[in-house]
Amino acid sequence: MEKALTTRQLTLNYDRTTIIRDLNVEIPAQQITALVGANGCGKSALLKGLARLLKPQTGAVYLEGTAIAKLSTKAVAKQLGLLPQSPVAPEGLTVRELVAQGRYPHQGWLQQWSKEDDQFTESALAITGMEELADRPLENLSGGQRQRAWIAMALAQNTDILLLDEPTTFLDLAHQIEVLDLLYDLNRTQGRTIVMVLHDLNQACRYADYLVAMYQGTIFAQGVPGEVMTEAMVREVFGLESRIVRDPVAGTPLCIPISQRSASRKDCA
Amino acid sequence: MTMGKSWVTIRSPDFPFSVRLDRRTPLIWAILAIASLVVFVISTAYGEYPISSLDVVKTLLGLDTGNPDHAFIIYTLRLPRVITAFLVGIGLAIAGTILQGLTRNPLAAPEIVGVEAGAALAAVALIVLFPSIPIYLLPLAAFLGASLTALMVYLLAWDRGSSPIRLILVGVGIGAMTGALTSLMITFGDIYDVSQALVWLAGSVYGRTWEQIQALLPWLLCFVPLSFFLARELNTLNLGDDVARGLGSPVEWRRGLLILTCVALSGSSVATAGTIGFVGLMAPHLSRQLVGTPHEGLMPTAALVGGLMVALADFLGRSLFAPIELPCGVVTAAIGAPYFLYLLYRNRNA
Repeated sequence: MEKALTTRQLTLNYDRTTIIRDLNVEIPAQQITALVGANGCGKSALLKGLARLLKPQTGAVYLEGTAIAKLSTKAVAKQLGLLPQSPVAPEGLTVRELVAQGRYPHQGWLQQWSKEDDQFTESALAITGMEELADRPLENLSGGQRQRAWIAMALAQNTDILLLDEPTTFLDLAHQIEVLDLLYDLNRTQGRTIVMVLHDLNQACRYADYLVAMYQGTIFAQGVPGEVMTEAMVREVFGLESRIVRDPVAGTPLCIPISQRSASRKDCA
Repeated sequence: MTMGKSWVTIRSPDFPFSVRLDRRTPLIWAILAIASLVVFVISTAYGEYPISSLDVVKTLLGLDTGNPDHAFIIYTLRLPRVITAFLVGIGLAIAGTILQGLTRNPLAAPEIVGVEAGAALAAVALIVLFPSIPIYLLPLAAFLGASLTALMVYLLAWDRGSSPIRLILVGVGIGAMTGALTSLMITFGDIYDVSQALVWLAGSVYGRTWEQIQALLPWLLCFVPLSFFLARELNTLNLGDDVARGLGSPVEWRRGLLILTCVALSGSSVATAGTIGFVGLMAPHLSRQLVGTPHEGLMPTAALVGGLMVALADFLGRSLFAPIELPCGVVTAAIGAPYFLYLLYRNRNA
């Protein structure tokens, strides 16, 4: 299978602490990959490393075979888009103005707003269903709408690869599903490679083609959700006892955590 | 030129040039330009020797008004002052716009992060320590002072990359220290030189001649267009460092270039007219209300608003309590300080 991004012996530091050590991972092209793991396991750091936001201490990240550090940052930005965790827009910025920012890597000092820029902006607004709200300032939108606006910005960038750091944080359940459905459609209809950090294991299993479970800065397991998602993995990675059952809606693995309390409740009943 | 739903696009068919502006921008620019002309004429007409506005316009157009004194009064005495006020306002407003965009903080301004204090210290030091120095060196000294302060702030705030919040905090501290040094200079300097420096520190365009304009103009001609080109970069940095990097912006380089522009503009403005406070704070803020957040339109709008603001402040300072003259820095502070408090209050309750 074709690989969009690969890392070889990648070591990443935050300040002087090593977060990720000698990590090898291959992100399949045109699929949805979810990075999961406990807090502090390095999944966000890995995403930042893939997006060239963190410089490797050793090792390298390869974008379709070329070391990312050897490419100009603008050239990378034409192939790879990034949505950091809970980004903040300046006050008063409208949705359309935000989405237009996605065109930055395609512009120059003089050529600041080509016809193409216009087309990609409008189509990003259309795909994300933000046309109606395009002239509203971001601060007047709901959390889900705001997240859709940011995704539209990343879409206007028109990259084959899209990296997202916890795109569903701070959203209620309905809006989480709305955002994930949107990403799923983008992948299925346009063939974009999507890599995202997700907190919710069950959502990761439902939406991802490829699951990467991380533990203390290394990869614990990777593969299709049906193989990676086991009771043993959840025990090792999260330190949690669980049962894995079949999701009655999607047919994907569903993790039911077991706590002392839920066990005792059953006893009472 | 095409009108879209919310913005106008200007594209050249045979030259790779295009730019996008908020649709309100052309009208706002026209209004500001007309308002500026009106203030120019009224301010030039006003003075101890009254000249009618019509005669001012006639003289400026090169027509004979029948009074040979008019040309001298207008061209030699009054016009340089009005033009200086306008130019200084442009410089301060753009510097403020850049700083607010970079720090993502609507309360940031060159006087708040210590850049103006550094320029003032260098200029006061020059006036007090070397009173015989020629006037055209003042902008250079002020620029160096502003650069040194900015560099110091930037380096002290650096921690594996520059962060907007640290820039502000360190800037406030350095600004206070620089201000103390300026006070020290004034306390121990020669009384005549000190009084010169004090007049200048209050922020005034009193008695400015073409000579000062000649010293200031090259700075503006170089850095104002540069700031317009950098507007798009500022938009990107305004979304936060991670998003900007993701979009392919060489963040540290662009931020460095923008800080240099900001320092050059505020330094040369301060060198020409002293510290005229709150223009760099108010002009970008008012302009954002007029044409929105994107900097392609905001930057020129803020420049016009800033120019208009200082020109108007100078006119008010001369006319409100005539024959007593208030320095325009006092007028902008009288309006700006409450405005700053209002912004603080609004930010806290947002």
